[in-house]
Amino acid sequence: MGNIISDETIEYVGILAKLELSGEEKEAAKNDMEKMLDYIDTLNELDTTGIEPMSHVLPVHNVFREDVVTNGNEREATLANAPARTEDSFEVPKTIG
Amino acid sequence: MRRRAQKIVLRFRRRLDREVEGKMEILSLTAVELGKKIQQKEISVMEAADAVLDRIEAVEPVINSYVTVERDEVRKNAEEVQKQILSGELSGPLAGVPVAIKDNMCIQDHLTTCSSKILYNFKPTFTSEAVLNLEKAGAVVIGKTNMDEFAMGSTTETSYFGPTKNPHHVGHVPGGSSGGSCAAVAAQECFYALGSDTGGSIRQPSSFCGVVGLKPTYGTVSRYGLVAYGSSLDQIGPITKDVTDCAVILEAIASHDSKDSTSVKREDYTFTGALKNDVKGLRIGIPRDYFQEGLDQEVKSTILGAAKILEEQGAILEEFDLSLVQYAIPAYYVIASAEASSNLERFDGVKYGYRTESYEGLHNMYKKTRSEGFGAEVKRRIMLGSFVLSSGYYDAYYLKALRTKALIKQAFDQAFERYDVILGPAAPTTAPELGKSLSDPMKMYLGDIYTISVNLAGLPGMSVPVGKDSRGLPIGMQLIGNSFQEKTLIRTAYTYECATEKKYEVPAKLAVENGKEA
Repeated sequence: MGNIISDETIEYVGILAKLELSGEEKEAAKNDMEKMLDYIDTLNELDTTGIEPMSHVLPVHNVFREDVVTNGNEREATLANAPARTEDSFEVPKTIG
Repeated sequence: MRRRAQKIVLRFRRRLDREVEGKMEILSLTAVELGKKIQQKEISVMEAADAVLDRIEAVEPVINSYVTVERDEVRKNAEEVQKQILSGELSGPLAGVPVAIKDNMCIQDHLTTCSSKILYNFKPTFTSEAVLNLEKAGAVVIGKTNMDEFAMGSTTETSYFGPTKNPHHVGHVPGGSSGGSCAAVAAQECFYALGSDTGGSIRQPSSFCGVVGLKPTYGTVSRYGLVAYGSSLDQIGPITKDVTDCAVILEAIASHDSKDSTSVKREDYTFTGALKNDVKGLRIGIPRDYFQEGLDQEVKSTILGAAKILEEQGAILEEFDLSLVQYAIPAYYVIASAEASSNLERFDGVKYGYRTESYEGLHNMYKKTRSEGFGAEVKRRIMLGSFVLSSGYYDAYYLKALRTKALIKQAFDQAFERYDVILGPAAPTTAPELGKSLSDPMKMYLGDIYTISVNLAGLPGMSVPVGKDSRGLPIGMQLIGNSFQEKTLIRTAYTYECATEKKYEVPAKLAVENGKEA
C-alpha cells in the first residue's frame, strides 16, 4: 500500500506511452496510478511461487503456413486514409537534419 | 365539402396508422422470425430495412445507439440481398435481416471509429471476418453502434460521440462497452447486433438492457478486423432478442480463420442443436463469492429466483466457493492495460485517422496527435499499461498478473469438474444513472467483478434477462460454461426461456416519438 508516483516516473511513462500531459493531467495521472497500483498490490496476498505466468489459456502451438501472397496491390486504398501523403507514400515531418 | 375533406384526411390517417402498425409488427419479430417471413415472401427485405431505418430516425435523437447509419447504402444492400433471395442464392435464416455492428469491427470503405476522435475519419480497406460471415449469410448491415472509446469503459459514456441512453430508462446508462449494440436491440433499432467482450462488454450491457448476450470461448469467433484492445481477452459475440437468435447468430459468425493466429478449429459448430428444453440432471454451481457484499438485494433475489426456476425444470443446484474472485479485477487491469498500451501504439497520426494540426518534428507530432486524439480513460489505461510493462516493474506487475490468471483458470477448472454451468449475476447492480460513474474509475471497475474472470480464463459466458428492479431496469443472469461448452449455456438459457415463456425478453417501452420523449 501507499504507492508514490514521482514526477520523474510520470514523465518517463509519458515518454513510453507517447503522451503529452498538461500539468493538471499529470497530477491526475499520478493520483489515478497510485490508486490503481495500491489496488493491484492486493495481488501480493496471493502466493504464486512456482506458478508459470499464463499468457494463453488454451494449449497453443505455432501455426506455420507457406508464405503465399494473397493480397494484391492495395497502395491507393491504404494511402487514402493517410492524414498526409505524397503520390505514393505516407508523408511525415522531416526526421533527419 | 369540408366534411368530405375531413373524411379523406381520416382515411389517409388510418392508412398511415396501418402502415405504422405494420412496421411496429415487423420490429417486434425476432431475427429468426423475420428471416422466415422474408423467405416466405411475407415481408420484403426492403420493408424490414425501412422499418428499422424509420425506427432509428424516430428514437436516435434520444437513445444515440449509432455512430453511423448510411440510409441509402442500407437500402441499396437490401435490394441486392432481396434479389439473391429470389434467385435462391441466399436461403439461410439470417438472409435479409438487418444487423447492427459495434464500431470496433472493420467494414471495408465504411467509417470504423471505435468511438474515438483518433479514428473519426477511418475507413478500413477490409472487412472483419465475423461481419464477412454475416454478409455471406445475407445480413443487411444497418450501421455501426456506439461504444466506450476503444471498448474501455462500462457505461458507453467515454464515447467521443456522446453517451448512449438506456432504452428502458433514458436517465440511465446502457452499460458498456457494447452499450450501443445492446441499446439498439432493446430499442428495436435492429434485429440483432454484434458486440465485443474483453472484460464483460457484451454481458454487462446485455444485462442492463434486458437482451441476450453471449461471449464465446476465446478463439471461437475470428478477431480478424476487430480493432484490438486486450488481444488475449477480446472475443466477438451476438447480442439478441432471444436465445434462438443467439444460437443461430453464433453459428453464423463462428469459424476457424487462418488470418487470426489464435483462432481455434472447433469440432462442433452446430450451436442451434442445443436449443432444447431440457436441463434434467444438469449440475449448476452457484458461487457464494458472487452473492456477497456489494450485490444489490433486488438483483440477488431475482437471480436466485431464476436459479430456482431451473431447479424446478430438473437442474441440480449447489452452492460452492469459487475463490480468488477479488483478484480478477486487479489482474485484469494489469493485463488488459498492458496489451492496450501495446495495441494502441499504432495510432500515431501517420497511416490513418486524426493528426494534430501544428507540430514540430516527428515525435512531437506523435505525442500531440495521441494526446489530442485519445480520451481520458484510454490515456489512463495506456499510461498504466506502459508502466507495468516498463523495465523494473514487469516482473512485479505483469508477470504477477499472469500468474494470478493461471490460478483463476485453475479455480474454474476445479469448479467444472463438479458443475456443468456456473450461475450468478452479470453485474452487482442494475444500470447506474448517467453521469455518475466516470468520476470514480475504481468504483466503475468494481462493477465488472462477475464478468472479468471469465475473460481471463477464456471461458464462454452468457447474460439472459430474468427480471427487472423496482425502477424498471432489467436484471441479467450470467451463465458461465467450461471451454467450448456454449451449447450447455444455450440449452440452459433456452430451458429458462421456455419455462418463463419469454416473460423478460421484452423490448423497452420507449415513449419516444419523432425524437422527443412523449
